[in-house]
Amino acid sequence: MAATRRTLVAATALSAAMALGAGSALAKVEGDTIILGSAISLTGKYATNGVHAQNGYELAVKKINETGGVKVGGKSYKLKVVYYDDESTPARGAQLAERLIKQDGVQFMLGPYSSGLTKAIAPVTEKYKIPMVEAEGASRSLFTQGYKYLFAVLSTSEQYLASAIDLAAEIAQKEGRKPQDIKIAMAFENDPFSLDVRAGVMDDASKYGMQIVIDDKLPRDLSDMSATLTKVKALKPDLLIVSGHSKGAATAVRQVNELKIDVPMMAITHCEAAKVTDKFGPGANDILCSTQWAETLSYEDEMFGTAADYDKLFKESFEGYTTVPYQSAQASAAVMVWKDAFERANSFDIEKVRDAIAATEMDTFYGPIKFSEAGNNIAKPMVLRQIQDGSYNVVAPSKWASHPVNYPRQASD
Amino acid sequence: MLDNLSLLTIAPIFNVQLLLDGLFIGAIFALAAYGLALVWGVMNVKNLAQGDFVIMGGYIAFTLAEWGLHPIIGLPVAFVVMFAFGWIVYVLVIRRVIDRDLFTSLLATFGIAIVVQQVLNQIYGPEVKTAESGFEIRSILGNQVTVADIKLISFLLAGGLAAAIVVFMKRSRMGQAIRATAQDPRAAKIMGIDTDRVYAFTYSLNAAICGAAGVLITMIWVIQPFYGITHSIRSFVIVTAAGFGNLPGVIMAGLGLGVAEQYSGFVLGAEFQQATVVGLLVAVLVWRQIQQSRIRQVVQ
Repeated sequence: MAATRRTLVAATALSAAMALGAGSALAKVEGDTIILGSAISLTGKYATNGVHAQNGYELAVKKINETGGVKVGGKSYKLKVVYYDDESTPARGAQLAERLIKQDGVQFMLGPYSSGLTKAIAPVTEKYKIPMVEAEGASRSLFTQGYKYLFAVLSTSEQYLASAIDLAAEIAQKEGRKPQDIKIAMAFENDPFSLDVRAGVMDDASKYGMQIVIDDKLPRDLSDMSATLTKVKALKPDLLIVSGHSKGAATAVRQVNELKIDVPMMAITHCEAAKVTDKFGPGANDILCSTQWAETLSYEDEMFGTAADYDKLFKESFEGYTTVPYQSAQASAAVMVWKDAFERANSFDIEKVRDAIAATEMDTFYGPIKFSEAGNNIAKPMVLRQIQDGSYNVVAPSKWASHPVNYPRQASD
Repeated sequence: MLDNLSLLTIAPIFNVQLLLDGLFIGAIFALAAYGLALVWGVMNVKNLAQGDFVIMGGYIAFTLAEWGLHPIIGLPVAFVVMFAFGWIVYVLVIRRVIDRDLFTSLLATFGIAIVVQQVLNQIYGPEVKTAESGFEIRSILGNQVTVADIKLISFLLAGGLAAAIVVFMKRSRMGQAIRATAQDPRAAKIMGIDTDRVYAFTYSLNAAICGAAGVLITMIWVIQPFYGITHSIRSFVIVTAAGFGNLPGVIMAGLGLGVAEQYSGFVLGAEFQQATVVGLLVAVLVWRQIQQSRIRQVVQ
């Protein structure tokens, strides 16, 4: 009996030692390799975009390793990312973040996919004071918690459609009308993300003193908004704004055509995810879509070159992409932030690296990156693209526009 | 809210749009609800997977459209495929719960609904899908009202299908057997009717009807793996309001629900469109309760 117990204790001690050994084997820097960690959605409802993000991370890691790696203290290091599949569930994401930090000893984190997962993981990285650079969580609420170790390279949700308001004001002035005369009809889904988008639109609209004539909320299982659109037909607003993930985009575009709504300007989100150009063809023309990034933008950096170069390299590196999702581009940008921060910190001390990230000020193919106190990127604007003859062309903000905006929108027959 | 109401009085033309849209979609609601009335009335099974069968039919149309076929071909295809699917589900699950109490069949059909949702999610992903009919969209009444041909065609097809089912129930041997079983299963059994087969057929016919409704829904609205529940609730509202054996009632309730949804969407806002359905369910249940208690008092 006693012998058995002793054996048991020994076995436990041994396995504990092994676990520790395994843990230290995957510490922050192993030989000449810096280990980054990420819980990412490789299965479940976010799987498609999760894989886009992972491909973005991998492409940047490969590129950095090929072009001399990360130089710290006169030595060149390679990057490597350890992934776990969070199955698109927040609880699992938080668990895996805990595991990456506690068990695998990862001290530098890349973000997961989606605001929801980021919201679940950020408290964990914050608790262990592990910096995380994320690229796929846009919710404004992530940056009102006072997190010190969370940084995001993408524009936050309230900026998604705000540039449509600026564009409407610009056009009104050009036509000799006052922005105050602009009437806006809007329909937003009743979920945290879409309501953030709405808050940004409301802020900008009230800045110009525009009138909001319709302010409908869309239900979660939206499949019909013809009643809202009939109201639009009756009230004839100058600008129609709809945001409700891909179901909102698909429903809006289809029913705007079905009801022949003749609104001079229409701005929505999630055009790409809803595949509106494939599905509705000319019916999607002249609709404005917001995007984080487009390959036609004139952004540029030393590593990837221009946005178009990145686009080309990405398509060569991964099969099955006809267009490069912005989810991948911003994921690559997050890895670039890490490289830049390590080199400026010239150290692997966590606090020094965190401060270096906070002081980031760089231009990338994805756009300029500079973090606010809260950790969100304030240097990069959202861009508006207009679907012109089936292709997405950047029309606003005017600084980045490649094509003039088609105004007023022609209702298709 | 009052603004929207006054809008309807100032520009009454928009009532026409709301009415038409409501009637067109209401006909499809009535179709799915009739299937539920059948299963409920004949087998006393409250099929919570009703809406998920509708969505399955929708995905059949979507798949055909992906293959380059016209989604309207989905109507016969979905009818046949869903009939077969209904039979399988009956043999695997429903047969075992049909004699049990209310909760067992509710739980079983709820389970079927979850499985259908998850499998659709695995195959098609969570993004919404549509199938485009590519038909004309007509403007009437000075371009103020539009009528999409697909809605009109769906309306007619739904009507035709309902008529065909009524004739089938009245004239065919199986239809008569179904009605006999609904009236008294024991007597039907004694008369030599294979009630097990009748049940299987009824459940499959319901799945087929739902599938057909789903094909029409996909060409008018959008579908997503988890949208079944709203269609289930609609069917329950309609059947509860109309009763089982009452086809004209089901049709009227279906059309009425379609119109009610459009009006509440216009007056109260899109988020209340579906809330209206649930609100009506509560109202109908309260009304039924009052009716029942009156009858009970009379009996006393």
